[in-house]
Order: sequence, then C-alpha cells, then structure tokens
Amino acid sequence: MSKITRRKFLAGSMAGGAAIAMAPTKKAFGANLEGFPDGMGVLVDMTRCVGCRSCEAACNKEQNLPEPDKSFDDYSVFDERPHGHYRRPTEKAYTVVNRYDPVDEQPVYRKIQCNHCNEPACLTSCFVNAYTKTPEGAVIYNDKVCVGCRNCMIACPFGIPAYSYSSAINPIIKKCIFCYDTRLKNGQTPACVEACPQQVMVFGKRKELIKIAHDRIRRSPVKYVDQVYGEKEVGGTGWLYLSGVPFQEAGFNISLPSEPIINNVKDFLAIVPMVLAIWPALFTGFHLLATKGKSHGHGDDHSHDGQEEH
Amino acid sequence: MKKLAANGIKPHDAEMKADGRKFSLMEKLLLGLTLDQYVQQVIRNKFNWLLALIFVVGIPLIIYRFIFGLGVVTHSSYDYPWGLFLGFGLFCMVPLSASGFMLGTTVEIFGRHDFEPIERLALLNGLLGYFFAVVYLLVDLGQPWRLAYPMVYSFGPAAVLFLVGWHVATYLSVQVAEVSTAFFEWIGFRRGYEFIRKGTIGLTVSGIILSTLHQGALGALFVYAPGKVHPLWYSASFQWIHFFVSSIPAGLCMVICVSTVVIYTMKWRCDQRFIDSLDRITISLAKGASMGLFTYLFIKLLAVAHDNEWAYLATGWGAWWLFEMFFGVILALIVLGVGIHHKSVALCRLGALITVLGILLNRLNTALIAFNWNLYPEIPHIFEVIISITIFAIYVTTYRFILNRLPILYQFKSRAEA
Ligand code: SF4
Ligand code: SF4
Ligand code: SF4
Repeated sequence: MSKITRRKFLAGSMAGGAAIAMAPTKKAFGANLEGFPDGMGVLVDMTRCVGCRSCEAACNKEQNLPEPDKSFDDYSVFDERPHGHYRRPTEKAYTVVNRYDPVDEQPVYRKIQCNHCNEPACLTSCFVNAYTKTPEGAVIYNDKVCVGCRNCMIACPFGIPAYSYSSAINPIIKKCIFCYDTRLKNGQTPACVEACPQQVMVFGKRKELIKIAHDRIRRSPVKYVDQVYGEKEVGGTGWLYLSGVPFQEAGFNISLPSEPIINNVKDFLAIVPMVLAIWPALFTGFHLLATKGKSHGHGDDHSHDGQEEH
Repeated sequence: MKKLAANGIKPHDAEMKADGRKFSLMEKLLLGLTLDQYVQQVIRNKFNWLLALIFVVGIPLIIYRFIFGLGVVTHSSYDYPWGLFLGFGLFCMVPLSASGFMLGTTVEIFGRHDFEPIERLALLNGLLGYFFAVVYLLVDLGQPWRLAYPMVYSFGPAAVLFLVGWHVATYLSVQVAEVSTAFFEWIGFRRGYEFIRKGTIGLTVSGIILSTLHQGALGALFVYAPGKVHPLWYSASFQWIHFFVSSIPAGLCMVICVSTVVIYTMKWRCDQRFIDSLDRITISLAKGASMGLFTYLFIKLLAVAHDNEWAYLATGWGAWWLFEMFFGVILALIVLGVGIHHKSVALCRLGALITVLGILLNRLNTALIAFNWNLYPEIPHIFEVIISITIFAIYVTTYRFILNRLPILYQFKSRAEA
C-alpha cells in the first residue's frame, strides 16, 4: 500500500513540478498587488453635502475638460436621467454629483468619481498595463499605450472609466486621476476637495481616514449609518463614504463582494500552467496509443505522394 | 459553374493540364476557365449580387468609421463598451471556429483517418473564423494600429485579455501553417508542403493547448464583471468551462452547416471522395456534437445549482435563460439524437443549425443582452449592425474564394497521377 501512495505522490509532484517550471514562461499570471500602506484617500461625508456642484466645476478647470453642456450652477442636472438612470462620469466630466430622494428623508447628494481602489479591476483587466496604482494611492492611466479595447470599462465595478469615442485618431480613457500630475504627486489636496465650501471631503492617509470615519460614527450613531463604504468593497477603495441613509438609497451598489475583482479570475488563471504542462504529454500519448501498429504514419493520403522517390 | 460543368468544362484541380503543361497562376486563379467564362459565371450567380449590394453600403461605412471614429457608427456607450463588433465578431466567431482544433485532434492525434475528407474544411473554417474575429476586433479597437502593443511593447500579463491576445495570435499562425499545406499544393511548392506535414503533430498539439485556454479565456473575461452579467449567465468558477465546452459542439456544428451549404451550392468543386463520405461524416460529427452538448447542459445546470440560482428562474430573465437552454441545447440535442438514431443526415443538419443558433444566442446574451441587466438595454446603432453584416459578407466571400480554388474539398492531383 505504501508503494502505491508513494508512486501516486511522485506522479503528483512531477506534474506539479512541471507546472511550476512552465509557469514563469507565461510571466506569472495572476500577479497579486499589495495595497500601498501609506496610500492617500478621501473621506466623503455625504451628510454634509448640499449639492452645490463646486467640486464638479473645480475638477473641470483643473483637468482642462471641455465646457459642460449645462453650467455648473444649473441644478436641473439633478433631474436628468440618461437611459433612465442617474448621471455617471463621462469623457467630459471626471466627477458628477447626483441627488437621491430617499422616502421620508431629506434629499441626499453623492459625489461620484474614481474610487482609486486598492486592487483596481481596471488595472488588472488591462492587457497593456496602462493603469498604475501609485504609492500615493492614485490610479493613473497612460494613454500612450492604451489600445482601446475598453476591457477596463467592463471590469470597473463602479462604472467609472469613460472613453472619448468621438476622436478618430486618439481616443482614450477618461477618468479621475486623483489630480495626480498637478497636485497629489506634490502632496497637495485634490482640486475638488479643496473647492468644497462645506468641508464634505477630508484628504489624508487612507488608514487614518478609516479611523476618523469610525470615530464620527461612534460619536453620532444616530446621524450615520454604521458602515464606511469603501472600507471593504472589492478589496477596499481609496475614496471612502459616510452616509446618513442606507447606502443603497443613495445609489450605491451594495452587492459588491469584499474580495478584489481579480480574485474571481484566479480560478481560471490557475489552470493555465496546468494545461500548458499536462496537455502536450497527454495528447502526444493519445496519439502514440491511437496510431500504434498502424502503418500509415500521419495519414498523408491528402497528397498520395507515396509514389515519389525518396 | 453548374452550367459550365454541364457543357463538359472541368474546373482546375491538378498540377498539370491534360496535355501535360503546367497551369499558370492566372489560370489557377480563374479556376482554369477563360476570363470571359469566369466573369460570366460570377455575374450569373444571384448571391454575388447580394454580396455586392452589401459591399456598396457597408464598405463606405467602414471607411467612414476609420475617418470619423467609433463615435459616428456606435452609440458611444460607456455602460456597454463592447457592442456587436465584439459581442458577435469575437465572442461568436471564435467558438464557431473551434472546428480546426477539433478535427485536427480527431484525425492527427486519434488517428481517425475516416474524418480526413473534411479535415481541411474544418481547418479552413477555423482559420477564417479567427482571422475575421481579428478583423472585427480591429474595427472595434479605439487605436487598432496599436494591436501589437500587448505582444511587443507593454505587457499586462495578469489580464485575461492578455492571454486571449497572445493565444489568438499564436493560434492564427498555427492555423496558417496547417492550412498552408493546401496552398503549397495548389501553388506547386512541394518542399513547403512536406516541411509542414512533418510538423503536423506538433502543430495540432499546440492547437489543442491554445484552444483550450483561449476558448475558456473568452468566458473568463466576463468574470471581471460580477453583478454586470446576469447571475444565470455568470459563474465565477465555471465560466471558462462553459465557454470551452460549448465551443466543441459549436465548432463541429459549424462544420456541418458549412459542408451542407457547400454540398448544395458548390458541388462541382467537391470530389467524389468528399461527396461519398459526407453523409457518414455528418452523422459522426453530430454524435460528437451531441456528446459535447450533453456535457454542456450538465455543467450549466451544475453552475446554477452551485451558486444556488434557482430563484432567478422564476423571473423574466429566468424565462429567457430557459428559452436559451430549451431551444439551443435541449431541442438541439433531441433533433441531433433522433437524427443520429435514424441515420437521417437532414435531421443532423437541422440539429447542427439549431446548435449554432443556440451558441450565438448564448454569447450574445452574455456579452450584450444579459450584460448590465440591472441598467438599461442597449440597441446597437444601425451602422454598427450594417458594418457587422458587411464584415461577415467579406468573410463569406473570402471563404468561397478559397474553397473555389485551394484543394480543400477535393484532392489535388499531383504530377504523378495526372
Ligand atoms: S473605481 Fe474603477 S476606475 Fe477607479 S480604480 Fe477602481 S476599478 Fe479602476
Ligand atoms: S481600453 Fe486601454 S486602458 Fe482600458 S483595458 Fe483596454 S488597453 Fe487597457
Ligand atoms: S480628484 Fe481631481 S480628477 Fe478626481 S474628481 Fe477630484 S478634481 Fe477631478
């Protein structure tokens, strides 16, 4: 009995060894990203937001975005429902504020922009690695390598990246970059955060923001829902939200897993080295078995070249 | 061509003419007809008129898209970044082209030489399907001239699409090599032919590996979007298996469908060996396809059970899912089963057609219809539809052009036999 177990064990480790030997040739699929411990983030306290849209205006200016269709002091945008849904960031607006009307409550305003995930789905889905999570916490994008497959738009669980379809020669992804080039890199506060007249947003280290958020909840348990959105969602996000109404009533997707999106793909990525290692031996074996004792080799009777003299 | 054949004119099918001279390239291209005869038979064929009509409308639209950008031919949706070009062109064309590796395996690996008459058709079907999937991709990419970036310039190896890109590119070259034997015969380059034939086993095995992985990878692409794809079409652990397993009946049934079209419209081009063995092969392929379909049905149900999604079946989406399963899988299985049992080639062909439609429905559901199920449905822009049809028409034209000429449906008579 011990013999059999031993042989089985050996066979198993052989296959495993081959799999490992093959793996590096395929450049470490399923690379894991560790979040940066000192990454920055922003805590958005929705109970303070009055929907003035100053942040939208500030972002527009900071990022040199085109004139908006309606000016930033026009509040009729809150009633717009493109495709029957609330507004979302577009190629012309990296951030938008929406008004939600929960039953029996004051309206709630929510600012939407890239959440700068710890393990961004956009980044892991991109086959040219156009995205980078910087140590400062921003998820930035390199338009020089982007091929325009738009897989990142499929993958982002928050529906953030937009695409400049209208450009024929240089269409690119457009999304909030945490004001990386102009501000974050130098440790400065993002434009939208700075512009807010209500101090809705706090800019700081993500680690500390989480403490502040829980502090606020502890001090005013009646005012806040006991949850910090973004603390756990899809592996944690750099931007975090506090709310006075249940998050789904402010349009948040509360069905997101707490695992990063890339974890879903790991099942598949794990089989890649196995297939690479096992299939060649398996099918060559099949071939030898299936054609053993047959004389016609590879069955070249497409050409009848038997008559040729070599 | 039928008429010409009735007048005793034989299409070009050998290296040498009856009088012992070699065919020139021009003669080969014109199928051994004179220019007049060739042009006349092209004009006589009504199907060519339809194709011409599609090209007249569609080709300017494709040019229009490249001059003015994607924005003018699509709805520029941020929520549906992948429209028909990928939903149909990539996600449907690739499984329907799994035939190459399936029959390559059967003939070359398992030594089932009784399938040989159809092997080349299956290989060609695979090659063209992949090639045109890439054409669709080129139309869809924002910056298609950067297509080679993931291969040579900037790598995102953790991305499933990276794997798809590499594999489709490698597999295309493998398929070019496999089909090139037919081309080398036709053009009269014996050395090349023999060189490739020696590597057949290697090519076939790499075909199996690449196919397993990228057929599955196409499914795994949607695993990035939990919550966007409706749970009934989504399965984190099984998605790649679903896509891989369903590509088996898809590829086999596509070959049955194509061979049916061929035998009815291009019989003049088929040799006796092909005509005589087609009925037998069709039934055998149908057997293979029904086994694949059965496995597929089983793992589809397994996934629903695994994620405990039975409750969704009672909703409208559930009804649509059940329709897909009943029509595309169960009905197809029944028709194929009856066809196999009664050795009815016609029923097997009908079953194959249903299977192909079922796979189309499944891929379109996953990529477009049940995608963003909790947002809004997206109806593709009319130009997007026309361009998709046009590319498909180019595919059909190329397919016919090659079938008419290269020794796919017939065996090339080399010098020794002519
Ligand atoms: S919110 Fe979306 S775009 Fe922003 S980092 Fe996360 S996945 Fe990427
Ligand atoms: S669209 Fe660009 S950034 Fe997005 S996944 Fe494709 S190549 Fe990467
Ligand atoms: S962080 Fe900068 S880019 Fe992002 S929404 Fe605010 S202003 Fe715009």
